Amino acid sequence: MDFGLTEQQEILRRSAREFLEAECPTSLVRETEESADGHSSDLWRKMAGLGWLGIALPEMYGGTGGSLTDQIVLFEEIGRALAPGPMLTSSVLAAQIVLNSGNDSQKESLLSGIISGDLVLTLARGDKLETASVGGGITLSGDSAFVPHAGLANTMICATRPAIGAWPDTTLVLVDAAAEGVLKTPMESIANYPQHLVEFDDVALSTEAMLGEIAEGRQALDQAIQRATVVQCAETLGRAQKVLEMVVEYAGHRVAFGRPIGTFQAVQHRCADLKVAIDSGRMLTYQAAWKVDQDLPAGDEVAMAKAQAGTLSRTATEAGHTIFAGISFTTEHDMQLYSARAKIAEANLGDTGYHLDQLASGMEI
Amino acid sequence: MDFNFTTEQNEFREELREFLRAEVPLEKQEVFGSLTEEDYQFGREINRKLAERNWLAIGWPEEHGGGGKGPIEQGILNEDLGYWRVPKSGSIGLGIVGPAIMVFGTQDQKDRYLGPIARGEIEYCQGFSEPNVGSDLGSLELRAERDGDEYVLNGAKMFTSYAFKADYMYLLARTDPQAQKHRGISLFIADLKTPGISLSPLPYINGEMAAQTNFDNVRLPLSCLIGEENRGWYHAMTTLDYERSGLWRYANVRRVFDDFVDFCQDSAPDGGQPLAEHPLVRHQLAERRLGMETWKLLSWNVAWMQSSGAVPNTEASVSFLFGSEERLRFAEMAMEVLGPYSTLRHGSPMAPLLGNIEGIHREAMHLHGAGTTEIHRNIIAQRGLGMPR
Repeated sequence: MDFGLTEQQEILRRSAREFLEAECPTSLVRETEESADGHSSDLWRKMAGLGWLGIALPEMYGGTGGSLTDQIVLFEEIGRALAPGPMLTSSVLAAQIVLNSGNDSQKESLLSGIISGDLVLTLARGDKLETASVGGGITLSGDSAFVPHAGLANTMICATRPAIGAWPDTTLVLVDAAAEGVLKTPMESIANYPQHLVEFDDVALSTEAMLGEIAEGRQALDQAIQRATVVQCAETLGRAQKVLEMVVEYAGHRVAFGRPIGTFQAVQHRCADLKVAIDSGRMLTYQAAWKVDQDLPAGDEVAMAKAQAGTLSRTATEAGHTIFAGISFTTEHDMQLYSARAKIAEANLGDTGYHLDQLASGMEI
Repeated sequence: MDFNFTTEQNEFREELREFLRAEVPLEKQEVFGSLTEEDYQFGREINRKLAERNWLAIGWPEEHGGGGKGPIEQGILNEDLGYWRVPKSGSIGLGIVGPAIMVFGTQDQKDRYLGPIARGEIEYCQGFSEPNVGSDLGSLELRAERDGDEYVLNGAKMFTSYAFKADYMYLLARTDPQAQKHRGISLFIADLKTPGISLSPLPYINGEMAAQTNFDNVRLPLSCLIGEENRGWYHAMTTLDYERSGLWRYANVRRVFDDFVDFCQDSAPDGGQPLAEHPLVRHQLAERRLGMETWKLLSWNVAWMQSSGAVPNTEASVSFLFGSEERLRFAEMAMEVLGPYSTLRHGSPMAPLLGNIEGIHREAMHLHGAGTTEIHRNIIAQRGLGMPR
């Protein structure tokens, strides 16, 4: 039993924090929020240069071959810094699907592109995406909402359902984002988070667009979502930790009634509760990552981590806006950057209710 | 990161479980809120058997009569004893007094006190709280005045759990009333048979009989002082952290939770769908499972820190606070799900889960042990986060 980080993980944490404090100040976060694609290509290139986009991908494609645990150490820092960009979408979720189900040449071209940062992939899923076999090819139709970074992505992985009576389960296909018949409409979201409604109007695909076998995409997809869910928890954790540090620092010098507000137990107890939630989240998230790294069944552990991450986000948001109070209701204050992203993270990949439901199923209830 | 036990630790856990399966049948397992003298004596018997196998003080060094293993093995033991609902005994000696003597005691004290604790022969109670002193423990008033070769104690201790079962009391007393409050306190071990000590019964709502312990010119030899005179507060606070992995307490509740989940899956009170399939119940069971697993991890985090040589402090408060509140959340949820059946006590033929739910709800009112939940929040904020006093 060892709940500590390795020396290398400690080094990664420190260097990631130093890099992001220098290269990703909240001024950049704000600039990016105002930009059309919610992306900083400069920061993206630098992160790719550090090898962050391939931290848990195989070395043969240019990755570092690290564990999911290594990856979440990094994503705690990414969350802490509110670093914008499709790291989670492209380098975790999409990359993992490709790794799980791609053939050699797909893996070679797509993974090396993801890792170098030259390619951005996203995932479109939903009940309304249908594939049908037509002649020697495939057509894709339907629409998918909340597709992250669709405006930026070069390629979309579409998790599709078969047309009635055809293929029985999830089929994964690769779609060129610029293909004819692909229509992307931005969905105006909290913090201008870049997500789109993507409509596919009988998009014609060749059989080379198949990612894996027909109707065999379920496992590859679920496994990738599981990893991405753990990473999302780590990102939440880093953000909450930063909020805690911000409020503790502020409460230490903000004076009211002749004393720093941090001396009031009402304020202290709110901070203590946030600390308890963070410690809980950290144990749950690292346990889930460890299970995945060990190739052990991790369904319950991942569900618990993400269910808790949702409440952690809310605890951090409420503590932040209560303790910073009036000033945090203004856009000039950074707290709203944290609370907006907390909400996106909470909704992404299943919220607390969804994951409690998963957990109940895991308990065979 | 490694959430696994070593092979040896797993082997120990298996051997221990084999022992528990053989020695602790269901009818001997304690029901929350209904501890009898017979239960308690059974717990002591189990402790003596554990001691014969060198398991009772498995985390103590061998030189002090322990098993020479570490906090992880101690955690495995405590978790399983809790899960098997073995009535608790000897825990103050094993968890608090022993470690304090190892650190601050003289060689004579080590020779005299440690062996009997490790062998499960001696029961201790703890004399910290007083009639006028609880959370602000540093203001304690019980006096210990030096008189030649003796200390003379006058005053009272309150909420003395195990007082009627214990042989000795581990206590804090004021030796220098002039000094700043934390700097005038000393730590003692008092034989409860010493003339002048008397117990007034103080029944707890969980069915245990505690006491107010009165000291009327109680004379203790100098050899009863543990550590340095007037440094007792610091000695006691240092060793308090040893009692706080809380795995026993966690597992004690976890067992009832697991039984409750089974119960909800098996019983369909209206002849319809099982309780667990009601959407609200299903959701709450999952929520509490998350709470239980979190509590477990936070508790093991404390044990792991100790095993790595670190001194858990705020981590222990995080775990303890979370546990106290999770226990209450579970008790309230189970009461709600069972409705009026939840109010039936052990012994009532219609009581679900042997009355454990009614009992655990009373136990869950224990929101103050080793500091109230609010004191733990203060500790986390002030010591952990460095917030100003």
